[in-house]
Amino acid sequence: MLQKTHDLEKALENSLFKVYYLFYTINIDLDVIMYIMYIYNNNVITGSDSLDIIISNSNGKPIYEQITSQIKNLIISGELKPGEALPSMRLLAKELRISVITTKRAYEDLERDGFIESITGKGSFVALQNSEFIREEHLRKVEEYLQNTIETAKIANISLEELIEIMTMLYEEGER
Amino acid sequence: MENVLEVKNLSKDYEGFHLQNVSFSLPKGCIMGLIGENGAGKSTTIKLLLNLIHRDGGDIQIFSKCNLTHEKAIKEELGVVLDESNFPDNLCARDIDLVMKSVYAKWDQNVFSSYLRRFALPDRKRVKDYSKGMKMKLSIAVALSHHPRFLILDEATSGLDPMVREEILDIFLEFIQDEEHSILISSHIISDLEKIADYITFIHKGKVMFSEVKDSLLEDYGILKCTHTEFDQLDKELIIGCRKNQFGVEALVRRKKLQGKFLIDSAGIEDIMLFHSRGAGR
Repeated sequence: MLQKTHDLEKALENSLFKVYYLFYTINIDLDVIMYIMYIYNNNVITGSDSLDIIISNSNGKPIYEQITSQIKNLIISGELKPGEALPSMRLLAKELRISVITTKRAYEDLERDGFIESITGKGSFVALQNSEFIREEHLRKVEEYLQNTIETAKIANISLEELIEIMTMLYEEGER
Repeated sequence: MENVLEVKNLSKDYEGFHLQNVSFSLPKGCIMGLIGENGAGKSTTIKLLLNLIHRDGGDIQIFSKCNLTHEKAIKEELGVVLDESNFPDNLCARDIDLVMKSVYAKWDQNVFSSYLRRFALPDRKRVKDYSKGMKMKLSIAVALSHHPRFLILDEATSGLDPMVREEILDIFLEFIQDEEHSILISSHIISDLEKIADYITFIHKGKVMFSEVKDSLLEDYGILKCTHTEFDQLDKELIIGCRKNQFGVEALVRRKKLQGKFLIDSAGIEDIMLFHSRGAGR
């Protein structure tokens, strides 16, 4: 148990460092990093040896999208490591009690986005070189958060200058 | 993808009921749910697939072979469960094992007894003393014990309690782990199929209303909720079926065809089925 906790801590540290480094190189607000880390933290800490995918029927998102976003998160958080095998589409469908076509679509989307690679007759694996995609995925998220910020700012008539000021302040505060 | 089952323009005339030009196909490795209200033609279709009744027209191919000329070869690889247990009352599971051994060339006694154990079916008890759930489990055990590639089930889960249905669903999902295996299951209990089916074929009054990938059905259709005035302004072509009440209207629509901002809820398979038959009845 202790060993396992230790391993998880190491994995967490490792992935957090990678994420931090990634953001550092593209100069992204520390708060955003913290927020994203907060989300991914949950995955890393609660994660066990088995893959955790939870499907909600009441959340309006289609099931294949729920699968792709959760697997993406697991890959980004480092819980699923490059080269690691994913469960077969049929097994995933069986365990989640969903249609094989749904899992197939999810895997196809993940493959299209470069997160996984599928080899006929062997199965699907986490893609080896996906740091580019992870970066893009993060950028997309950052953009999304910033979009929300800007929308809120516009409602309150907060100017761009003010916004930048706040961001600079927050960013520097975070660095101290 | 190769089709395990292809039905083309199938028809059957009964007095007062006509199965008209039923066509659909099931790709290998998939589960298809055949849905429709009682008397819609689900069982007639299944009986025609099995050549239990004479057809009046059309063509059926199972494993890419004609179901009439290759009947024996096809049935050797087919697992069938009908809505009622058809085993003689006085036999016990052991007797059935012996009978089946001489029916199917590939009958596997080990598989059969492992299913009996799994389903907790006593092998010396007579079938007439079995409960309804036990009889159904026995039918399923028989259907699976000669290494079939294709399962055809007619109302196999109706009349069973949720625990047994769940157990049977698990069996189906295990069966489908082999990509060569396929399942056609008819049911009016939609919740079972809603979870596991890849394709849904809806039969209404002897006609196929649609035969589509389940996910795209759930994506395409939506339930529009609006006021009576809004409803009256809509193009009636867009409405598949509707339910009016004193305070508003609910209508089944195809999401993409509807322009503008409307309140559209997601529609389940059951809603789609209900509204379709309602619309068609107008």
